[in-house]
Amino acid sequence: MISSIRSAKTVIRARGLSKHYREGATELRALSEVDLDIHDGQLTLLMGPSGSGKTTLLSILGCILRASAGQLELLGEDVTSLPEKELPRIRRNAIGFVFQGFNLFPALTAAENVALAMNVRGLRGNLVQEHAERLLLEVGLEDRMGAFPADLSGGQKQRVAIARALAGDPPILLADEPTAALDSISGRTVIELLQRLAHHSGRAVVMVTHDPRVLSYGDRILHLEDGRLAREEATQHTLVATQRFSPTQPGANFSADLPFEF
Amino acid sequence: MALLARRNLFHDRIRFAVTLTGIVFALVLIIVQFGLFLGFTTTTSNNIDHSKADLWIVFHSVGYFDTGRMFSERKYYEVLATPGVHQADKYIQSFAYWKKPDGGVENVQVIGFHPGRGLGEPWNLVEGDLADAKQEDGVIVDELYKDKLGVSRIGDRAEIGDHRARVVGFTRGIRSFTTSPFVYTSFKNSLNYTRPESREDQLTYILIKVAPGFSPAEVQGNLRARIHDVDIYTSKEFSRRTRFYWMFTTGAGLAVLTAALMGLVVGVAVVAQTIYAATMDHIREYGTLKAIGATNNYLYRVLIEQAVWSAVLGYGFAMIVAHFIVQSSEKGGALILMPLSMKIVMLFLAVFMCIAAAFVSINKITRIDPAMVFKS
Repeated sequence: MISSIRSAKTVIRARGLSKHYREGATELRALSEVDLDIHDGQLTLLMGPSGSGKTTLLSILGCILRASAGQLELLGEDVTSLPEKELPRIRRNAIGFVFQGFNLFPALTAAENVALAMNVRGLRGNLVQEHAERLLLEVGLEDRMGAFPADLSGGQKQRVAIARALAGDPPILLADEPTAALDSISGRTVIELLQRLAHHSGRAVVMVTHDPRVLSYGDRILHLEDGRLAREEATQHTLVATQRFSPTQPGANFSADLPFEF
Repeated sequence: MALLARRNLFHDRIRFAVTLTGIVFALVLIIVQFGLFLGFTTTTSNNIDHSKADLWIVFHSVGYFDTGRMFSERKYYEVLATPGVHQADKYIQSFAYWKKPDGGVENVQVIGFHPGRGLGEPWNLVEGDLADAKQEDGVIVDELYKDKLGVSRIGDRAEIGDHRARVVGFTRGIRSFTTSPFVYTSFKNSLNYTRPESREDQLTYILIKVAPGFSPAEVQGNLRARIHDVDIYTSKEFSRRTRFYWMFTTGAGLAVLTAALMGLVVGVAVVAQTIYAATMDHIREYGTLKAIGATNNYLYRVLIEQAVWSAVLGYGFAMIVAHFIVQSSEKGGALILMPLSMKIVMLFLAVFMCIAAAFVSINKITRIDPAMVFKS
């Protein structure tokens, strides 16, 4: 096991996570015996070559995919043996997802995309719209609330996606190559936003990336190879982040604390 | 949820138009095929259904209207003496040759009735007077067959079985399931036109109206007890037998029925494919919904709402198209019927088909590969 760096609280704890796929008579091992602790207030980067198991690990951490073996705890709750129908609850309450391809709903405006995520959580009415607009304001899109995704730039789409991921005020954010499809300026904006979500509001942000431009923003860099956690790098940020972070309830004061100056 | 369902449908108008076109095509296909079936079925028994008679007496073993056989007039008097019979009229149905003014010959079905007595009369008379059928050579034909019979207006002349015939009226919408148009005339004239072989056997049917206070079944029992060598049917029974004969024991009927069933199958397949394709176009979005915590029930509701919207709108457009087709069929060779009951059934069928098709794709959605949402 690769030991974790100091942090306030472990929000994801994985032990011996493995994932096997069967293709005919052949068994493919996508993930082997991964032990991992993810802490709040940190931006953790997951790196590795294609096929190394990054997305599989992210899917398992996000309770979208079940591990073939091992144990996974999210916020202290063992989700390994939870029945399938319980997993959407975990995803709604604990996790926000940011996708490489944005995965916005093209038929909905930016505000409606964010509101939809609250709607999924059973929230209705004017407060939903107000909250969606507030989140978009916080990611710097106050003037694009009524725009459809087709009318937004890549960076703007990703910021809408981040606002949507925050709709349920989740303590964990899982991002799959969120800067891969963006130009350098938009990419920097997005990674800075994710970093601030970790450092300022105490979220655990796990980000799969190939993008060398973002390395300096991570607090930890975990390297996966052939489905195994090969090594971990601590970055200079770790110390700074830890000093800067004062534990709060994840997301509770997000809206108040985040100054965005892009 | 409601917003997402509606927006998903209406956002891409071309895709939505394609979806609607598929549903409209399928519904119109089903409506036309079953409308044709209903039209044919109704046409086979229209003389019975419009006869206003409660009971029909037919020669023994005559199974359907178009093959009436002559029987003795004496039966008619026995009928009149039977308790519960309020009115009884002799009626003739027989094939004959119609010689057109230009010399051409057509086969027709001569219908002999008693004008003014109310039983077995032609209906929907749009030109002329029913009473004129009593004139020595007066006949009434349907305007659909003007060209076929070589007549165009009242007063035009022809010959039936070497006897003169003069058109005294036109009906609208009385079709014959066979290729022989109906020619209505007085019972007396019809004897001249059909020339029964026997002096005694001079009628093919007796139409009966039962007296107040009697049920058709009761009078039917009375008649069966008194009169032999004939079959006695209520109008419904005779109508059903006639329809059954044409629809299920002849190639023509089976062809129409098969086409109707094929229309249903093809229609269902088109709707299923259309809705399935429309749903699968959004599969990534459903995957995203699942990833962000939507339950399967949430997805079902979105899909069902989309399916219901598609069905209702598709149904609305299909009804407009179908009405045009039905209206134009009234002047054509084949009648297409679309009664209210059929419209209601079609609405439920449309909704059911769309929801069922959506559920096929739901199965796919609930098994979405989670990696899908992580791929660009």
